[in-house]
Order: sequence, then structure tokens, then C-alpha cells
Amino acid sequence: MHPASSVIIFTVASGLGFGLLTWLGLGLPNANGWAAFWYYALGFALAGGGLLASTFHLGNPQRFLKAFSQWRSSWLSREGCLSVFAMAILGIFAFGAIFLGANWQPLGYIGSVLAVLTIIATSMIYAQLKTVPRWNHWTTPLLFLLLSLGGGALLALQTSLGLILLTFAGAVQLLAWYLGDGRFQRRGTNIGTATGLGDRGKVRAFEPPHTGNNYLLKEMVHQVGRKHAVKLRVIAFIMMILMPIGLLMISYAVPIVVLALLVHMIGTFVQRWLFFAEAEHVVGLYYGKR
Amino acid sequence: MTTLPQTTEKKLGLVIDLDTCVGCHACVVSCKGWNTENYGAPLSDQDAYGADPTGTFLNRVHSYEVQPEEGPAQLIHFPKSCLHCDDAPCVTVCPTGASYKRQEDGIVLVNEDACIGCGLCAWACPYGAREMDQAAGVMKKCTLCVDRIYNENLPEEDRVPSCVRTCPSGARHFGDLGDETSEVSVLVAARGGMDLMPELGTKPVNKYLPPRPKDVVPELDILAPYLKPVADTQKGFLGWLDKALEKI
Repeated sequence: MHPASSVIIFTVASGLGFGLLTWLGLGLPNANGWAAFWYYALGFALAGGGLLASTFHLGNPQRFLKAFSQWRSSWLSREGCLSVFAMAILGIFAFGAIFLGANWQPLGYIGSVLAVLTIIATSMIYAQLKTVPRWNHWTTPLLFLLLSLGGGALLALQTSLGLILLTFAGAVQLLAWYLGDGRFQRRGTNIGTATGLGDRGKVRAFEPPHTGNNYLLKEMVHQVGRKHAVKLRVIAFIMMILMPIGLLMISYAVPIVVLALLVHMIGTFVQRWLFFAEAEHVVGLYYGKR
Repeated sequence: MTTLPQTTEKKLGLVIDLDTCVGCHACVVSCKGWNTENYGAPLSDQDAYGADPTGTFLNRVHSYEVQPEEGPAQLIHFPKSCLHCDDAPCVTVCPTGASYKRQEDGIVLVNEDACIGCGLCAWACPYGAREMDQAAGVMKKCTLCVDRIYNENLPEEDRVPSCVRTCPSGARHFGDLGDETSEVSVLVAARGGMDLMPELGTKPVNKYLPPRPKDVVPELDILAPYLKPVADTQKGFLGWLDKALEKI
């Protein structure tokens, strides 16, 4: 799949933002006044900024309001609705904490649940696609959730929580790579079933429909990233999981946590780029490509 | 709502005969022509006369080589467009309700005024049947020429999809695949019409008729075995050359 920068920024930033907002809604940390302001400003900037970035790849972004209408069937629509609800509820909660010194905790709990559901809905946009076997698995939402909550916990300076969650995220990431690697073959979709000609002999794409490029190939048959997949996996895993965990084991001091967070974010960008670049869409079979 | 209808009254679709398709791409050209000039945003091209031309097409013809266990390979031309699936994954993923499947005839369409151009439906389609138009920023797909098949301003013989009307080898058929007695359904039953990627559970309406087995030419002349060439060595100059080169 084509790793569009808008979608990478969206999933990483919004994931971290909603992860942070989840902890803030739970009262971790239970901040008031200016301290609360900076926490919430960061949370809303990341969550909202990510959502805004996601509109950059749209063909007709001016019609975005219509995207809130199909929550009954579409994960993308659900994601939009849930994100707005989460930000609205937590916005009220934050207003109380910042300006009134109030602690409307029930509202915070509701907001946290909505933020978690938003992260799950985002991941389900990808996990629902049977056409991309690597994504079409329960490890996808679990990994998105653990990374968001783990990174969010670091942002919220809940260091022990972050340490535990990142450890689990690392385990799920390894599992996702391990299980994802052969899933395309295991699902049994190949050029034979794609053309229906597989039982007659060995099928080979002889001549493509056109000599140039097209939307399908650009969008869904991205092969560049896979060449360096192993190296990028190592880089992503070290920066996203191992280095932050190592740093946090040394100290919980704020500069160390900030450093761990920065390294984790860079690692997550690499991981997310690879998440798209490595994923193979079944339509490539028609072109004899993967 | 972009939920799918439980059932559709008709299942209009195409039956494509892989035995007779000659791979001329006339259906591709006529599709592009009709759908650029009629319903919805035109099918645009980018850098059409430059070094890297691309464009939006609703129908594309692939060619595959099939090598059986024994015997020569076979070349099969393979037109591919939207299969108007009963369980269309492209419809349910749409966040705006722009994608829908019609209750009355099962055609899957895009309401271009509601499409935000997110591209998720193209990701959800296993067949590559949807292409985002780069000029209009909306998703384009086969409409089964919905603006022809019910169009009473056209002569009756033209009230079929443009690709079907154009096909010079009669490889494309249009009809109601929900009606067991329709010509297309009879054809599918007789020829063993098949689904593409049935394992993905999309339940395509369009069917493909597999190529008929190649004829095996029988030995017609009973004297043929006795008339085999007697000598298989070259004579004359070539024979001399063969012997001379053999000695070196």
C-alpha cells in the first residue's frame, strides 16, 4: 500500500493525542490550572492536528461533514464521530479542570472511553480490509491501542504505566510481524483464484492492460518499502520499543522521559510507514505483482 | 445509509466469455468514450501526451498466459470491470453514503456529489474496479451504463452497456443474473460461469465463462506413420557444413 504521509501523520499523531487524552480523562495526572492547560493543549493539538492531516489526502475535503453520516456501517465514519464526541466531552472536562479548578470525574471517564473507542475505530479502518491480509487481523487494533496508550502514558508522565504498555506493545508488534508475514499465502488468494484460471494450469500475467502507471498501481502496489523491510523493522523496533524502555529503566527524570518520548515517536513514524509500505493488496495479483 | 440491501429485485450484470475475447480493447475505448461524455465527472487523463501518461478507466483488459501440465500454453484475454457484488465491501466502508447498491437492479453506484475522495472503497475492492479521478477528486467506477440501459431516447439495441454494444467478438453479455431463465443465466449454467476470488466472500454478480478446452487434432491419415521422412541428415551444402563443423 502507498504510505501517504498525511495518513501516517494522522495515525501517529492522533493515536498519541487520544492516548494522552485517555489518561487525562482518567485523572492521571490529576492536574489543574496551567499544568492542566498544557497537558490538554498537547492532547488536543495532537489529536486534532492528526485528524486535520487526514483530510489532506481527500479529493474533496470540503464535503467532510457528510463523513459523519454512515456510522452504522463504516469504520471511517465511526472514527470521525467518536473522535468528535471524545474531544467534545474531554473539552468540557478540561474546561472545568483548567478554569474552574473543578474535577467532573464522571465526564472524564466517559471521555476516556470514547478516546479508546476512537483509537480502536482508527485501527479498524485498516483491520477490516480483507483485501490486505497483513492488516486483516486482531493484532492490528491491539497494536494501535497499546502504542497509543503507551505513548500517551509517556506524554502524561505516567512513566511506569508507559513502561508496561510499551513492553506489551513490543510483544504484540513482534507477534503481528510473525503472524502477518505468511498470511497472504495462507489466505489462499493467488493469481489462480483472481482470474479463475488456476485449475487449468500455471497462470502468469502476460501483458498488462496498459504500459504506463495507474491509480491502482500507485495506491495499492507499492513495492519500494519492502526491499528494506527487515532493516526498517529493526530500526522501528529499537526506536519505538527498546530505546524508550531502556531509557526509562535508567531514570524517571523528566528530561529522560522526554527523550524516550521523542525516540518513541520517531520509531512509531518508521513503524507506521512500514505498516503501509509492507502491506500487500490482493489487486496486485491481477498485475502479476505483489 | 451505506448498508447493503438484503436482496435486490434484479441482479443486472455482465457475463464475460474468456473463450471468445480477442483482447482488442474496443470495450475499454468505448467505455472511456461513453463515460467521459455522459453520466458524472469525465474520466480524465493526466499528462496524456507527455512522458508518463495516466488516466481513469472503468474497464481494463489484462492478458494471462496459462501453462497446463501438458501441451502448449494458452493466452487468455481478461477484461475486468466492477462485478457489482451482492456483498460489496466497497459500499459498507464508505463514510459519506456516496457508495450504494441499488435495491431495484443491484447496480453499485457512486453519488459523486457526496464523495469526499478518501479512496477507502478502492482499498476495500479486491478487483481494482474503482479508480479515483485525479481531476475531479471523486471515485469512478462502472455504472453498468445506467444512463443507457433505461434510456428510451436510444434505439432498443443500444440499451445495453457500451462495452457490450461495442464488443466485436460477442464476448460480453448483459442481463439479469437473478432471473434463472434469462439468457445470461442460461449461458452461465451451460458454460460453468465462475466467480473471481470467491474465497473473499464478495459474491460477485458478474460471471466469467472459462475458455473451452483446446481441440486435440486426431491422427486423420492412417498412412501417416509410414510416410515419416526416411533420412533426417542434411544433404548438399548444409550437410557438408554440418559434417565439417562436427569434425572441428
